[in-house]
Amino acid sequence: MTVIRTLDKDKMDVAEGSYAVAHAVKVCRPNVISAYPITPQTHIVEDLSQFMADGKIPNCEYITVESEFSALSALVGSAAAGARCYSATTSQGLELMHEVLFNVSGMRLPIVMTIANRAVSAPINIWNDQQDSISQRDTGWIQMYAEDLQEISDMTAQAYKVAEDKDVMMPAMTCMDGFILSHVYEPVVLLEQDLVDEYLPAYEPEYSLDPKNPLTFGAFADPTVYTEFRYLQQQAMDNALPKIEEAANEFYEIFGRYYGGLIDEYETEDADIILMAMGSLVGTIRDVVDKLRAKGVKVGLLKVRTFRPFPAEAIKNVIKDAKVVVALDKNISLGLNEGSLFTETKASLYNTKVDVPIVGRMIGHGGRDIPEKTIEDIVEEAKGIISSGINTESKYADLKEELL
Amino acid sequence: MKEIRIHGRGGQGSVTAAELLAGAAFEDGQFSQAFPAFGVERRGAPVQAFTRISDAPIRLRSQIYEPDYIIVQDPTLLEVVDIDSGAKDDGIILINSDFAPEDFDLDTNARIMTVNATKVALDIIGRPIVNTVLLGAFAGATGEVRASSIVNAVKGRFSGKIGEKNAEAVQKAYDLMAEDK
Repeated sequence: MTVIRTLDKDKMDVAEGSYAVAHAVKVCRPNVISAYPITPQTHIVEDLSQFMADGKIPNCEYITVESEFSALSALVGSAAAGARCYSATTSQGLELMHEVLFNVSGMRLPIVMTIANRAVSAPINIWNDQQDSISQRDTGWIQMYAEDLQEISDMTAQAYKVAEDKDVMMPAMTCMDGFILSHVYEPVVLLEQDLVDEYLPAYEPEYSLDPKNPLTFGAFADPTVYTEFRYLQQQAMDNALPKIEEAANEFYEIFGRYYGGLIDEYETEDADIILMAMGSLVGTIRDVVDKLRAKGVKVGLLKVRTFRPFPAEAIKNVIKDAKVVVALDKNISLGLNEGSLFTETKASLYNTKVDVPIVGRMIGHGGRDIPEKTIEDIVEEAKGIISSGINTESKYADLKEELL
Repeated sequence: MKEIRIHGRGGQGSVTAAELLAGAAFEDGQFSQAFPAFGVERRGAPVQAFTRISDAPIRLRSQIYEPDYIIVQDPTLLEVVDIDSGAKDDGIILINSDFAPEDFDLDTNARIMTVNATKVALDIIGRPIVNTVLLGAFAGATGEVRASSIVNAVKGRFSGKIGEKNAEAVQKAYDLMAEDK
Protein backbone atom coordinates (compact mmCIF):
# COMPACT_ATOMS: atom_id res chain seq x y z
CA MET A 1 0.00 0.00 0.00
CA THR A 2 1.37 3.41 -0.88
CA VAL A 3 0.44 6.82 0.44
CA ILE A 4 -3.26 7.49 0.54
CA ARG A 5 -4.17 11.08 1.24
CA THR A 6 -7.66 12.22 1.82
CA LEU A 7 -8.72 14.69 -0.81
CA ASP A 8 -11.91 15.42 1.03
CA LYS A 9 -11.45 19.17 1.02
CA ASP A 10 -14.57 19.72 3.10
CA LYS A 11 -12.74 18.29 6.09
CA MET A 12 -9.58 20.34 5.57
CA ASP A 13 -8.51 23.67 7.01
CA VAL A 14 -5.49 25.73 6.06
CA ALA A 15 -3.54 25.61 9.31
CA GLU A 16 0.01 26.07 10.55
CA GLY A 17 2.00 22.89 11.21
CA SER A 18 2.48 23.69 14.87
CA TYR A 19 -1.25 24.27 15.29
CA ALA A 20 -2.09 20.99 13.55
CA VAL A 21 0.22 19.17 15.98
CA ALA A 22 -1.16 20.98 19.04
CA HIS A 23 -4.67 20.08 17.91
CA ALA A 24 -3.64 16.44 17.43
CA VAL A 25 -2.20 16.39 20.94
CA LYS A 26 -5.41 17.91 22.33
CA VAL A 27 -7.65 15.23 20.84
CA CYS A 28 -5.33 12.50 22.17
CA ARG A 29 -6.54 13.65 25.62
CA PRO A 30 -3.22 14.10 27.45
CA ASN A 31 -3.22 14.32 31.25
CA VAL A 32 0.05 16.20 31.67
CA ILE A 33 1.82 18.57 29.26
CA SER A 34 5.15 20.09 30.18
CA ALA A 35 6.42 23.02 28.17
CA TYR A 36 9.58 24.97 27.72
CA PRO A 37 9.69 27.20 24.61
CA ILE A 38 12.47 26.98 22.04
CA THR A 39 12.45 27.98 18.36
CA PRO A 40 11.04 26.50 16.14
CA GLN A 41 8.98 24.39 18.54
CA THR A 42 7.43 27.29 20.49
CA HIS A 43 4.19 27.62 18.54
CA ILE A 44 3.18 24.08 19.52
CA VAL A 45 3.29 24.68 23.26
CA GLU A 46 1.82 28.19 22.81
CA ASP A 47 -1.18 26.71 21.02
CA LEU A 48 -1.54 24.03 23.71
CA SER A 49 -1.35 26.74 26.37
CA GLN A 50 -4.19 28.57 24.61
CA PHE A 51 -6.25 25.37 24.48
CA MET A 52 -5.69 24.97 28.22
CA ALA A 53 -6.66 28.59 28.93
CA ASP A 54 -9.83 28.08 26.88
CA GLY A 55 -10.68 24.95 28.86
CA LYS A 56 -10.46 22.74 25.79
CA ILE A 57 -8.25 20.02 27.29
CA PRO A 58 -10.11 18.44 30.21
CA ASN A 59 -8.34 16.48 32.96
CA CYS A 60 -4.98 17.92 32.01
CA GLU A 61 -2.22 19.68 33.90
CA TYR A 62 -0.02 22.12 31.95
CA ILE A 63 3.34 22.56 33.65
CA THR A 64 5.68 25.42 32.76
CA VAL A 65 9.21 24.63 33.79
CA GLU A 66 12.60 26.38 33.78
CA SER A 67 14.45 24.10 31.35
CA GLU A 68 14.03 21.16 29.02
CA PHE A 69 15.73 18.94 31.59
CA SER A 70 12.88 19.76 33.97
CA ALA A 71 10.28 19.50 31.21
CA LEU A 72 11.04 15.85 30.68
CA SER A 73 11.81 15.12 34.34
CA ALA A 74 8.34 16.36 35.32
CA LEU A 75 6.86 13.92 32.84
CA VAL A 76 8.84 11.01 34.30
CA GLY A 77 6.94 11.35 37.57
CA SER A 78 3.64 12.03 35.83
CA ALA A 79 3.90 9.07 33.47
CA ALA A 80 4.95 6.76 36.31
CA ALA A 81 1.77 7.83 38.10
CA GLY A 82 -0.24 6.70 35.08
CA ALA A 83 -0.73 9.95 33.16
CA ARG A 84 -0.70 10.23 29.37
CA CYS A 85 2.12 12.72 28.88
CA TYR A 86 3.28 15.11 26.16
CA SER A 87 6.06 17.57 25.53
CA ALA A 88 7.78 19.13 22.53
CA THR A 89 11.28 20.41 21.97
CA THR A 90 14.14 20.76 19.51
CA SER A 91 17.90 21.15 19.09
CA GLN A 92 19.77 22.26 22.26
CA GLY A 93 16.59 21.63 24.25
CA LEU A 94 16.54 17.99 23.18
CA GLU A 95 20.26 17.66 23.87
CA LEU A 96 19.70 19.03 27.38
CA MET A 97 17.15 16.24 27.88
CA HIS A 98 19.70 13.59 26.92
CA GLU A 99 20.14 12.06 30.38
CA VAL A 100 16.40 12.01 31.07
CA LEU A 101 15.65 10.38 27.71
CA PHE A 102 17.41 7.23 28.95
CA ASN A 103 15.42 7.33 32.20
CA VAL A 104 12.10 7.55 30.38
CA SER A 105 12.94 4.62 28.17
CA GLY A 106 14.49 2.55 30.96
CA MET A 107 11.42 3.04 33.13
CA ARG A 108 9.28 2.05 30.13
CA LEU A 109 7.21 5.26 30.20
CA PRO A 110 5.25 5.75 26.95
CA ILE A 111 5.70 9.52 26.70
CA VAL A 112 5.20 11.09 23.25
CA MET A 113 7.23 14.13 22.29
CA THR A 114 7.24 16.16 19.09
CA ILE A 115 10.66 17.23 17.83
CA ALA A 116 10.67 20.27 15.52
CA ASN A 117 14.00 19.23 14.03
CA ARG A 118 16.71 21.90 14.12
CA ALA A 119 20.48 22.08 13.78
CA VAL A 120 22.65 22.09 16.90
CA SER A 121 25.14 24.75 18.03
CA ALA A 122 27.88 25.90 17.72
CA PRO A 123 27.77 27.93 15.54
CA ILE A 124 24.25 28.85 16.58
CA ASN A 125 21.71 28.03 13.92
CA ILE A 126 17.95 27.93 14.38
CA TRP A 127 17.18 26.30 11.04
CA ASN A 128 16.34 22.75 10.08
CA ASP A 129 18.35 19.60 9.92
CA GLN A 130 17.94 16.34 11.85
CA GLN A 131 21.16 16.26 13.86
CA ASP A 132 19.25 16.85 17.11
CA SER A 133 17.07 13.75 17.10
CA ILE A 134 19.53 11.51 15.26
CA SER A 135 22.03 12.26 18.06
CA GLN A 136 19.50 10.67 20.47
CA ARG A 137 19.09 7.47 18.53
CA ASP A 138 20.55 5.19 21.23
CA THR A 139 18.37 6.50 24.07
CA GLY A 140 15.64 3.90 23.57
CA TRP A 141 13.00 6.16 22.03
CA ILE A 142 10.96 5.21 18.99
CA GLN A 143 11.70 7.78 16.27
CA MET A 144 9.38 8.56 13.38
CA TYR A 145 9.76 11.25 10.70
CA ALA A 146 6.88 12.98 8.90
CA GLU A 147 6.80 14.40 5.39
CA ASP A 148 3.87 16.84 5.68
CA LEU A 149 1.36 18.35 8.10
CA GLN A 150 -1.21 15.60 7.70
CA GLU A 151 1.36 12.95 8.48
CA ILE A 152 2.77 14.64 11.60
CA SER A 153 -0.81 15.13 12.88
CA ASP A 154 -1.79 11.54 12.24
CA MET A 155 1.55 10.27 13.55
CA THR A 156 0.87 11.85 16.95
CA ALA A 157 -2.10 9.55 17.58
CA GLN A 158 -0.26 6.58 16.07
CA ALA A 159 2.73 7.20 18.35
CA TYR A 160 0.59 6.99 21.49
CA LYS A 161 -1.01 3.82 20.17
CA VAL A 162 2.36 2.13 19.65
CA ALA A 163 4.12 3.54 22.73
CA GLU A 164 1.33 2.48 25.11
CA ASP A 165 0.97 -1.01 23.65
CA LYS A 166 1.53 -3.56 26.42
CA ASP A 167 4.13 -5.35 24.30
CA VAL A 168 6.04 -2.12 23.66
CA MET A 169 5.82 0.42 26.53
CA MET A 170 8.52 2.66 25.08
CA PRO A 171 8.55 6.44 24.53
CA ALA A 172 8.24 7.92 21.05
CA MET A 173 9.55 10.99 19.26
CA THR A 174 7.51 12.22 16.32
CA CYS A 175 9.82 14.35 14.21
CA MET A 176 8.82 17.22 11.93
CA ASP A 177 11.32 19.42 10.12
CA GLY A 178 11.60 22.74 11.94
CA PHE A 179 10.20 25.75 10.07
CA ILE A 180 9.74 23.72 6.87
CA LEU A 181 6.81 21.91 8.52
CA SER A 182 6.38 23.65 11.88
CA HIS A 183 5.80 27.08 10.30
CA VAL A 184 4.15 26.14 7.00
CA TYR A 185 0.44 26.70 6.35
CA GLU A 186 -1.28 24.12 4.18
CA PRO A 187 -4.60 22.27 3.96
CA VAL A 188 -4.83 19.61 6.64
CA VAL A 189 -7.58 17.57 8.27
CA LEU A 190 -7.45 18.47 11.95
CA LEU A 191 -7.98 15.16 13.74
CA GLU A 192 -11.60 14.57 14.71
CA GLN A 193 -12.19 13.94 18.43
CA ASP A 194 -14.72 11.14 17.91
CA LEU A 195 -12.47 9.24 15.50
CA VAL A 196 -9.44 9.61 17.77
CA ASP A 197 -11.52 8.33 20.70
CA GLU A 198 -12.37 5.30 18.60
CA TYR A 199 -8.73 4.81 17.55
CA LEU A 200 -6.92 5.56 20.79
CA PRO A 201 -8.40 4.18 24.02
CA ALA A 202 -7.58 5.76 27.38
CA TYR A 203 -4.12 4.90 28.72
CA GLU A 204 -4.34 2.15 31.28
CA PRO A 205 -0.89 1.29 32.58
CA GLU A 206 -0.21 -2.15 33.95
CA TYR A 207 1.95 -0.60 36.67
CA SER A 208 1.76 2.89 38.11
CA LEU A 209 2.78 4.79 41.23
CA ASP A 210 0.06 4.58 43.85
CA PRO A 211 0.50 5.24 47.61
CA LYS A 212 -1.96 2.42 48.34
CA ASN A 213 0.06 -0.05 46.34
CA PRO A 214 3.69 1.13 46.54
CA LEU A 215 6.03 0.30 43.67
CA THR A 216 9.50 1.45 42.65
CA PHE A 217 10.39 2.63 39.15
CA GLY A 218 13.94 2.85 37.83
CA ALA A 219 15.52 1.41 40.93
CA PHE A 220 19.04 0.11 41.35
CA ALA A 221 19.98 -2.77 39.06
CA ASP A 222 23.34 -4.33 39.81
CA PRO A 223 25.40 -6.45 37.39
CA THR A 224 23.32 -9.54 38.13
CA VAL A 225 20.20 -8.08 36.45
CA TYR A 226 21.08 -4.90 34.47
CA THR A 227 21.76 -6.69 31.18
CA GLU A 228 18.30 -8.25 31.30
CA PHE A 229 16.64 -4.83 31.61
CA ARG A 230 18.51 -3.70 28.50
CA TYR A 231 17.62 -6.94 26.68
CA LEU A 232 13.94 -6.37 27.43
CA GLN A 233 14.15 -2.81 26.10
CA GLN A 234 15.56 -4.14 22.83
CA GLN A 235 12.84 -6.80 22.76
CA ALA A 236 10.26 -4.03 23.15
CA MET A 237 11.80 -2.25 20.15
CA ASP A 238 11.56 -5.48 18.15
CA ASN A 239 7.92 -5.75 19.18
CA ALA A 240 7.35 -2.16 18.03
CA LEU A 241 8.21 -3.04 14.40
CA PRO A 242 4.96 -4.91 13.66
CA LYS A 243 2.99 -2.67 16.05
CA ILE A 244 3.95 0.43 14.03
CA GLU A 245 2.61 -1.24 10.88
CA GLU A 246 -0.56 -2.29 12.71
CA ALA A 247 -1.07 1.21 14.09
CA ALA A 248 -0.79 2.67 10.58
CA ASN A 249 -3.20 0.08 9.15
CA GLU A 250 -5.73 0.57 11.92
CA PHE A 251 -5.48 4.33 11.41
CA TYR A 252 -6.26 3.81 7.74
CA GLU A 253 -9.36 1.79 8.58
CA ILE A 254 -10.77 4.56 10.78
CA PHE A 255 -9.47 7.75 9.14
CA GLY A 256 -8.89 6.63 5.53
CA ARG A 257 -5.30 7.87 5.43
CA TYR A 258 -2.08 5.89 5.18
CA TYR A 259 1.49 7.18 4.97
CA GLY A 260 3.39 3.96 5.36
CA GLY A 261 4.18 2.27 8.65
CA LEU A 262 7.88 1.64 8.88
CA ILE A 263 8.58 2.77 5.32
CA ASP A 264 6.79 3.93 2.21
CA GLU A 265 7.70 3.39 -1.43
CA TYR A 266 7.24 5.56 -4.49
CA GLU A 267 7.99 4.26 -8.01
CA THR A 268 10.48 1.73 -6.64
CA GLU A 269 9.21 -1.41 -8.36
CA ASP A 270 11.39 -1.25 -11.49
CA ALA A 271 13.75 1.46 -10.25
CA ASP A 272 17.45 1.32 -11.10
CA ILE A 273 18.16 4.24 -8.78
CA ILE A 274 16.50 4.44 -5.35
CA LEU A 275 16.78 7.54 -3.20
CA MET A 276 16.26 7.09 0.55
CA ALA A 277 15.19 9.98 2.76
CA MET A 278 13.34 10.96 5.94
CA GLY A 279 11.10 13.95 6.66
CA SER A 280 9.93 16.84 4.51
CA LEU A 281 12.58 16.22 1.86
CA VAL A 282 10.47 13.24 0.82
CA GLY A 283 7.87 15.58 -0.72
CA THR A 284 10.41 17.35 -2.90
CA ILE A 285 11.83 14.00 -4.00
CA ARG A 286 8.37 12.81 -5.07
CA ASP A 287 8.19 15.78 -7.46
CA VAL A 288 11.69 15.09 -8.79
CA VAL A 289 10.87 11.40 -9.30
CA ASP A 290 7.80 12.35 -11.35
CA LYS A 291 9.82 14.77 -13.49
CA LEU A 292 12.64 12.30 -14.13
CA ARG A 293 10.26 9.38 -14.75
CA ALA A 294 8.62 11.51 -17.46
CA LYS A 295 12.06 11.67 -19.09
CA GLY A 296 12.50 7.91 -18.83
CA VAL A 297 14.84 7.82 -15.82
CA LYS A 298 14.11 4.75 -13.71
CA VAL A 299 14.29 6.41 -10.32
CA GLY A 300 12.26 5.72 -7.19
CA LEU A 301 11.96 6.84 -3.58
CA LEU A 302 12.18 4.85 -0.36
CA LYS A 303 10.81 6.93 2.47
CA VAL A 304 12.07 5.81 5.86
CA ARG A 305 9.29 6.77 8.23
CA THR A 306 10.54 4.91 11.27
CA PHE A 307 14.22 5.26 12.14
CA ARG A 308 14.05 3.57 15.57
CA PRO A 309 13.37 0.69 15.66
CA PHE A 310 15.39 0.49 12.44
CA PRO A 311 13.36 -1.31 9.76
CA ALA A 312 16.28 -3.22 8.24
CA GLU A 313 14.18 -6.00 6.69
CA ALA A 314 11.65 -3.66 5.13
CA ILE A 315 14.43 -1.52 3.65
CA LYS A 316 16.33 -4.53 2.33
CA ASN A 317 13.25 -5.86 0.56
CA VAL A 318 12.76 -2.58 -1.30
CA ILE A 319 16.33 -1.90 -2.39
CA LYS A 320 17.58 -5.41 -3.10
CA ASP A 321 17.01 -5.27 -6.85
CA ALA A 322 18.13 -1.68 -7.45
CA LYS A 323 21.32 -0.89 -9.34
CA VAL A 324 22.32 1.87 -6.96
CA VAL A 325 20.94 3.30 -3.72
CA VAL A 326 21.55 6.83 -2.45
CA ALA A 327 20.80 7.54 1.21
CA LEU A 328 20.22 11.23 1.93
CA ASP A 329 20.99 12.49 5.42
CA LYS A 330 20.33 15.74 7.26
CA ASN A 331 22.91 14.71 9.86
CA ILE A 332 26.58 13.75 10.05
CA SER A 333 28.54 11.51 12.39
CA LEU A 334 31.68 13.63 12.75
CA GLY A 335 34.74 11.43 12.50
CA LEU A 336 32.98 8.96 10.22
CA ASN A 337 31.86 11.46 7.56
CA GLU A 338 28.55 9.65 7.10
CA GLY A 339 24.91 10.34 7.86
CA SER A 340 23.11 7.76 9.96
CA LEU A 341 20.58 6.55 7.41
CA PHE A 342 23.49 5.70 5.11
CA THR A 343 25.63 4.06 7.80
CA GLU A 344 22.83 1.92 9.14
CA THR A 345 21.41 0.88 5.79
CA LYS A 346 24.86 -0.10 4.60
CA ALA A 347 25.57 -2.02 7.81
CA SER A 348 22.25 -3.85 7.64
CA LEU A 349 23.12 -5.24 4.20
CA TYR A 350 26.42 -6.75 5.30
CA ASN A 351 26.24 -10.50 6.01
CA THR A 352 23.23 -10.74 3.70
CA LYS A 353 22.98 -11.92 0.12
CA VAL A 354 21.98 -8.45 -1.03
CA ASP A 355 24.80 -6.78 -2.91
CA VAL A 356 23.68 -3.32 -4.00
CA PRO A 357 26.04 -0.36 -4.36
CA ILE A 358 24.99 2.25 -1.80
CA VAL A 359 26.31 5.76 -1.26
CA GLY A 360 25.49 8.47 1.24
CA ARG A 361 24.90 12.11 0.43
CA MET A 362 24.56 14.63 3.25
CA ILE A 363 22.30 17.50 2.41
CA GLY A 364 20.33 20.42 3.83
CA HIS A 365 22.29 20.97 7.04
CA GLY A 366 21.59 24.06 9.13
CA GLY A 367 18.62 24.96 6.96
CA ARG A 368 20.44 24.98 3.61
CA ASP A 369 17.62 24.86 1.10
CA ILE A 370 17.17 21.74 -1.03
CA PRO A 371 15.97 22.79 -4.48
CA GLU A 372 14.90 20.12 -6.96
CA LYS A 373 18.13 20.74 -8.88
CA THR A 374 20.20 19.40 -5.95
CA ILE A 375 18.26 16.12 -6.08
CA GLU A 376 18.44 15.97 -9.88
CA ASP A 377 22.23 16.36 -9.69
CA ILE A 378 22.41 13.51 -7.16
CA VAL A 379 20.42 11.26 -9.53
CA GLU A 380 22.71 12.25 -12.40
CA GLU A 381 25.73 11.26 -10.33
CA ALA A 382 24.03 7.99 -9.39
CA LYS A 383 23.74 7.11 -13.09
CA GLY A 384 27.54 7.31 -13.25
CA ILE A 385 27.85 4.91 -10.32
CA ILE A 386 25.80 2.33 -12.25
CA SER A 387 28.17 2.51 -15.21
CA SER A 388 31.53 2.99 -13.52
CA GLY A 389 31.19 2.15 -9.83
CA ILE A 390 31.46 4.12 -6.60
CA ASN A 391 33.91 6.98 -6.59
CA THR A 392 33.06 8.67 -3.30
CA GLU A 393 31.10 6.65 -0.76
CA SER A 394 29.89 9.52 1.39
CA LYS A 395 30.06 13.30 1.08
CA TYR A 396 28.11 16.55 1.27
CA ALA A 397 25.98 17.03 -1.81
CA ASP A 398 25.58 20.78 -1.33
CA LEU A 399 28.98 21.92 -0.04
CA LYS A 400 30.10 25.44 -1.04
CA GLU A 401 33.76 24.80 -1.85
CA GLU A 402 34.32 28.52 -2.38
CA LEU A 403 33.73 29.19 1.33
CA LEU A 404 36.41 26.81 2.55
CA MET B 1 1.48 25.70 -9.95
CA LYS B 2 1.81 29.42 -9.29
CA GLU B 3 4.43 30.78 -6.92
CA ILE B 4 4.20 34.13 -5.16
CA ARG B 5 6.87 36.03 -3.23
CA ILE B 6 5.91 38.85 -0.89
CA HIS B 7 8.48 41.48 0.12
CA GLY B 8 7.93 43.63 3.16
CA ARG B 9 9.50 44.84 6.35
CA GLY B 10 9.16 43.15 9.72
CA GLY B 11 5.85 44.25 11.22
CA GLN B 12 4.08 44.92 7.91
CA GLY B 13 2.28 41.60 7.91
CA SER B 14 3.98 39.88 4.98
CA VAL B 15 3.71 36.45 6.60
CA THR B 16 0.06 37.07 7.45
CA ALA B 17 -0.56 38.08 3.84
CA ALA B 18 1.01 34.85 2.57
CA GLU B 19 -1.17 32.81 4.95
CA LEU B 20 -4.36 34.67 4.02
CA LEU B 21 -3.58 34.17 0.34
CA ALA B 22 -3.15 30.43 0.93
CA GLY B 23 -6.46 30.34 2.79
CA ALA B 24 -8.24 32.25 0.01
CA ALA B 25 -6.84 29.99 -2.72
CA PHE B 26 -7.98 26.94 -0.78
CA GLU B 27 -11.46 28.41 -0.48
CA ASP B 28 -11.38 28.82 -4.27
CA GLY B 29 -10.91 25.05 -4.52
CA GLN B 30 -7.15 25.02 -5.04
CA PHE B 31 -4.38 23.54 -2.93
CA SER B 32 -1.99 25.97 -1.31
CA GLN B 33 1.08 26.34 0.85
CA ALA B 34 2.41 29.42 2.68
CA PHE B 35 5.66 29.86 4.53
CA PRO B 36 7.97 32.62 5.75
CA ALA B 37 11.59 33.10 4.79
CA PHE B 38 12.86 31.52 7.95
CA GLY B 39 14.99 34.38 9.14
CA VAL B 40 15.46 36.08 12.44
CA GLU B 41 12.53 38.49 12.50
CA ARG B 42 13.13 42.11 13.47
CA ARG B 43 10.70 44.99 13.13
CA GLY B 44 11.65 47.08 10.12
CA ALA B 45 14.11 44.61 8.61
CA PRO B 46 13.44 43.31 5.07
CA VAL B 47 11.43 40.08 5.20
CA GLN B 48 9.94 37.72 2.64
CA ALA B 49 7.03 35.33 2.68
CA PHE B 50 5.88 32.84 0.08
CA THR B 51 2.72 31.21 -1.19
CA ARG B 52 2.24 28.36 -3.64
CA ILE B 53 -1.11 27.71 -5.34
CA SER B 54 -1.84 24.58 -7.35
CA ASP B 55 -4.74 22.45 -8.50
CA ALA B 56 -2.94 19.37 -7.13
CA PRO B 57 -1.63 18.73 -3.58
CA ILE B 58 1.71 20.52 -3.12
CA ARG B 59 4.63 18.30 -2.14
CA LEU B 60 7.56 20.59 -2.97
CA ARG B 61 9.32 21.96 0.14
CA SER B 62 12.08 24.10 -1.36
CA GLN B 63 12.10 27.87 -1.28
CA ILE B 64 10.79 29.83 -4.26
CA TYR B 65 13.43 31.06 -6.71
CA GLU B 66 11.43 31.96 -9.82
CA PRO B 67 8.12 33.41 -8.66
CA ASP B 68 5.25 33.99 -11.06
CA TYR B 69 4.17 36.95 -8.98
CA ILE B 70 6.05 39.34 -6.70
CA ILE B 71 4.29 41.66 -4.26
CA VAL B 72 6.22 44.59 -2.77
CA GLN B 73 4.63 46.14 0.30
CA ASP B 74 7.18 48.89 0.82
CA PRO B 75 8.77 50.72 -2.16
CA THR B 76 11.82 51.70 -0.06
CA LEU B 77 12.82 48.02 -0.32
CA LEU B 78 13.73 48.55 -3.97
CA GLU B 79 16.90 50.30 -2.82
CA VAL B 80 18.05 47.47 -0.57
CA VAL B 81 16.62 44.21 -1.96
CA ASP B 82 16.68 42.68 -5.44
CA ILE B 83 12.92 42.47 -5.50
CA ASP B 84 12.91 41.38 -9.16
CA SER B 85 15.27 38.44 -8.52
CA GLY B 86 14.10 35.40 -10.49
CA ALA B 87 11.04 37.17 -11.87
CA LYS B 88 9.57 35.34 -14.86
CA ASP B 89 9.27 37.12 -18.20
CA ASP B 90 5.52 36.61 -18.18
CA GLY B 91 5.26 37.36 -14.45
CA ILE B 92 3.88 40.35 -12.63
CA ILE B 93 5.57 42.57 -10.04
CA LEU B 94 2.95 44.40 -7.98
CA ILE B 95 4.37 47.39 -6.08
CA ASN B 96 2.71 49.51 -3.44
CA SER B 97 3.47 52.98 -4.79
CA ASP B 98 1.86 56.21 -5.95
CA PHE B 99 4.21 56.19 -8.96
CA ALA B 100 3.26 54.78 -12.34
CA PRO B 101 4.75 51.44 -13.45
CA GLU B 102 6.89 53.12 -16.11
CA ASP B 103 8.60 55.17 -13.40
CA PHE B 104 10.36 52.01 -12.19
CA ASP B 105 13.62 51.07 -13.88
CA LEU B 106 13.97 47.39 -13.07
CA ASP B 107 16.08 44.88 -14.97
CA THR B 108 13.21 42.52 -15.74
CA ASN B 109 10.81 41.59 -18.49
CA ALA B 110 8.05 40.95 -15.96
CA ARG B 111 5.11 43.33 -16.07
CA ILE B 112 5.27 45.99 -13.38
CA MET B 113 1.98 47.12 -11.87
CA THR B 114 1.48 49.65 -9.10
CA VAL B 115 -1.29 50.41 -6.65
CA ASN B 116 -1.33 53.13 -4.02
CA ALA B 117 -2.17 50.69 -1.27
CA THR B 118 -1.00 53.07 1.45
CA LYS B 119 -3.61 55.62 0.36
CA VAL B 120 -6.36 52.98 0.22
CA ALA B 121 -5.37 51.77 3.69
CA LEU B 122 -5.27 55.28 5.18
CA ASP B 123 -8.58 56.25 3.54
CA ILE B 124 -10.49 53.16 4.61
CA ILE B 125 -8.70 51.45 7.52
CA GLY B 126 -7.19 54.65 8.92
CA ARG B 127 -3.75 53.08 9.34
CA PRO B 128 -0.97 52.52 6.80
CA ILE B 129 -1.22 48.71 7.02
CA VAL B 130 -1.23 47.52 3.42
CA ASN B 131 -0.96 43.72 3.50
CA THR B 132 -4.66 42.97 3.07
CA VAL B 133 -5.07 45.83 0.57
CA LEU B 134 -2.33 44.34 -1.59
CA LEU B 135 -4.06 40.95 -1.57
CA GLY B 136 -7.15 42.61 -3.02
CA ALA B 137 -4.94 44.29 -5.62
CA PHE B 138 -3.27 40.93 -6.34
CA ALA B 139 -6.64 39.29 -6.93
CA GLY B 140 -7.63 42.12 -9.29
CA ALA B 141 -4.34 42.16 -11.16
CA THR B 142 -3.87 38.43 -11.64
CA GLY B 143 -7.25 36.73 -11.36
CA GLU B 144 -5.52 33.88 -9.48
CA VAL B 145 -7.92 34.16 -6.54
CA ARG B 146 -11.41 35.55 -6.13
CA ALA B 147 -11.80 38.85 -4.28
CA SER B 148 -14.60 37.27 -2.24
CA SER B 149 -12.21 34.55 -1.03
CA ILE B 150 -9.65 37.17 0.03
CA VAL B 151 -12.43 39.03 1.85
CA ASN B 152 -13.51 35.86 3.64
CA ALA B 153 -9.93 35.03 4.63
CA VAL B 154 -9.43 38.55 5.96
CA LYS B 155 -12.70 38.47 7.91
CA GLY B 156 -11.74 35.07 9.30
CA ARG B 157 -8.53 36.58 10.69
CA PHE B 158 -9.75 40.02 11.83
CA SER B 159 -13.09 40.20 13.58
CA GLY B 160 -15.52 43.08 14.05
CA LYS B 161 -14.97 46.56 12.69
CA ILE B 162 -11.31 45.96 11.81
CA GLY B 163 -12.34 42.99 9.70
CA GLU B 164 -15.08 44.99 7.97
CA LYS B 165 -12.74 47.86 7.13
CA ASN B 166 -10.04 45.53 5.86
CA ALA B 167 -12.62 43.77 3.70
CA GLU B 168 -13.75 47.11 2.26
CA ALA B 169 -10.14 48.04 1.50
CA VAL B 170 -9.57 44.68 -0.19
CA GLN B 171 -12.57 45.27 -2.45
CA LYS B 172 -11.45 48.84 -3.26
CA ALA B 173 -7.94 47.67 -4.24
CA TYR B 174 -9.42 44.82 -6.28
CA ASP B 175 -11.62 47.23 -8.22
CA LEU B 176 -8.70 49.59 -8.87
CA MET B 177 -6.56 46.79 -10.33
CA ALA B 178 -9.34 45.03 -12.20
CA GLU B 179 -9.80 48.30 -14.13
CA ASP B 180 -6.06 48.35 -14.91
CA LYS B 181 -5.95 44.75 -16.03
